[in-house]
Amino acid sequence: MRNRTATAYGFLAPYLLIFASFWIWPIVYSFWLSFLATRQLPWTFRPEMTWGRLPQDPAFLNALKNTLLILVVQVPVMVALATVLAVLLNSQLLRARGIMRFAFFAPVVVGEVAYAAVFRLMFTADRGIVNKLLEGAGLPTVDWFSNPTAAMALIIMAVTWRWAGYNAMIILSGLQSIPDDVYEAATLDRVSPFRQFLFITLPLLRPVILFCVVLSVIGTMQLFAEPFLITNRGGPGGATETLGLFLYRQGFTVLNFGYASAVAYTIAGLAVLISLLNIWLARDRA
Amino acid sequence: MRSKSTRRLRRQVALHAVLGPLALVWLFPLWMMAVFSTMPENGIFSPEIELLPSNQFWANFQALQAETGFLRTLFVSVVVALVMTALSVMLTSMAGWALVRYRFRAKWLVTALIFGTLTLPYFVVVIPQFIMVARDLGLSNTWFALIVPPLFNSLGVLFMRQAFSMMPAELFDAAQVEGVKEWQIFTRVAMPMAKPTLAALAIILFLASWNNYLWPLLIASEPGMMTAPVALGTLIGVNRVSWASIMTGAVLLTLPMILVFIFLQRFFIAGITAGAVK
Repeated sequence: MRNRTATAYGFLAPYLLIFASFWIWPIVYSFWLSFLATRQLPWTFRPEMTWGRLPQDPAFLNALKNTLLILVVQVPVMVALATVLAVLLNSQLLRARGIMRFAFFAPVVVGEVAYAAVFRLMFTADRGIVNKLLEGAGLPTVDWFSNPTAAMALIIMAVTWRWAGYNAMIILSGLQSIPDDVYEAATLDRVSPFRQFLFITLPLLRPVILFCVVLSVIGTMQLFAEPFLITNRGGPGGATETLGLFLYRQGFTVLNFGYASAVAYTIAGLAVLISLLNIWLARDRA
Repeated sequence: MRSKSTRRLRRQVALHAVLGPLALVWLFPLWMMAVFSTMPENGIFSPEIELLPSNQFWANFQALQAETGFLRTLFVSVVVALVMTALSVMLTSMAGWALVRYRFRAKWLVTALIFGTLTLPYFVVVIPQFIMVARDLGLSNTWFALIVPPLFNSLGVLFMRQAFSMMPAELFDAAQVEGVKEWQIFTRVAMPMAKPTLAALAIILFLASWNNYLWPLLIASEPGMMTAPVALGTLIGVNRVSWASIMTGAVLLTLPMILVFIFLQRFFIAGITAGAVK
């Protein structure tokens, strides 16, 4: 057992080197940056230009409002859908199980750019396939990219399409760890499947569902590629601008690193806060 | 008895009546991606509803290749994903091994730091990463920039730590008594036993790198070093190539991963769900 510490660090060294230079240091550095005015050299300590500017910047407040709106609508809808999907996909009565699972799980492997491109093309207002189908069904067509509400709905639909299966996959693995005899006993006691879902499945799935909610909150807080590519840089007129997109503009278009860092820490802080709130709401009240 | 089986049948019909149409809706974007990629340029926006593939894939792809050199971007993506995956699997395995096999003072600190970043938004590190790589080191548009900064992930350490901790420690101790060097215990004994976990981890990392968009967008915008998603992203919303050609690119990006998913589904699902169920 001699020299264990040296051996341990030998194994850890390459990983820690990358970790320290590309994560630990950046975490510290961007926190420091968030207090600096970086529009001109030399960078100076002026938090009023970053943190002080945030609550007065209408573009930031708009992005914050949009992100929270997407969060409040999209995360509950998607996690609920994922839970139902997982239960249905797990059913003994299901036929064509492979194809069914493929339909919902395949979006998990599709990259942001590829799916953004397809969604943008499908929802084209003038002779896009979705509007053609709506028209064919005798329904009114929708101007997906110039109507702010429709554009927002489109972003929410796209994200839900991409991530519902991912969450269903996680919840399904949670379902499969529930022992069968729980249900057998309930069935013998003539408990209906719906009540079994409500009073057995859901409570037992609570930790897994909570995990999905936390993951989705963190993901949605960072939403970037969808409004960037599908609704063309947060259009129409900033209606789908998200915090991620706002940060991208400030950090990498205007190169205002200090202000962008303050936005990054706002995103991180809100993600932690909302996650903790969820964990607190879902705590065991027993 | 009959009423019971009727009820079962009714339930089964209801199940498929809900799930079937929903599955079709979910498959629709992928199906249309494939269909669009085969359509003649003016076919996509024709007044008729066209839901079946045509035969123009090759022509559409040639237009894409001529305008953007798409094959080169695919090559960059493949190299980056392969090298990134290999290095990251190696680094995270070694780190996971160190955390399972050895006792050392700062272990709790190292562990806490690594897993503390599990849920940290990427935006908190991307700005300094960009300043460091692009400005301070001047390494934009290099293999280093594309491969090295994304190497770190805490998920891999989590996976590998889990895998190694389930192996019997006596086995490693016996090897040690025999005089086998620690490095060889790791590479010859532990790693081969961890193969299923390694496969799951490698698939997840490869997929993440293959689809990575934000970092390559920031750091490699020169034609010769653009990855395929970045190149495809530059075409959306501008009239450089037709939508049909963009769709051929989307298909080429998506199809390999769909095949990986179909044929390696077990490892894939294990990789996605491993973080959740422990």
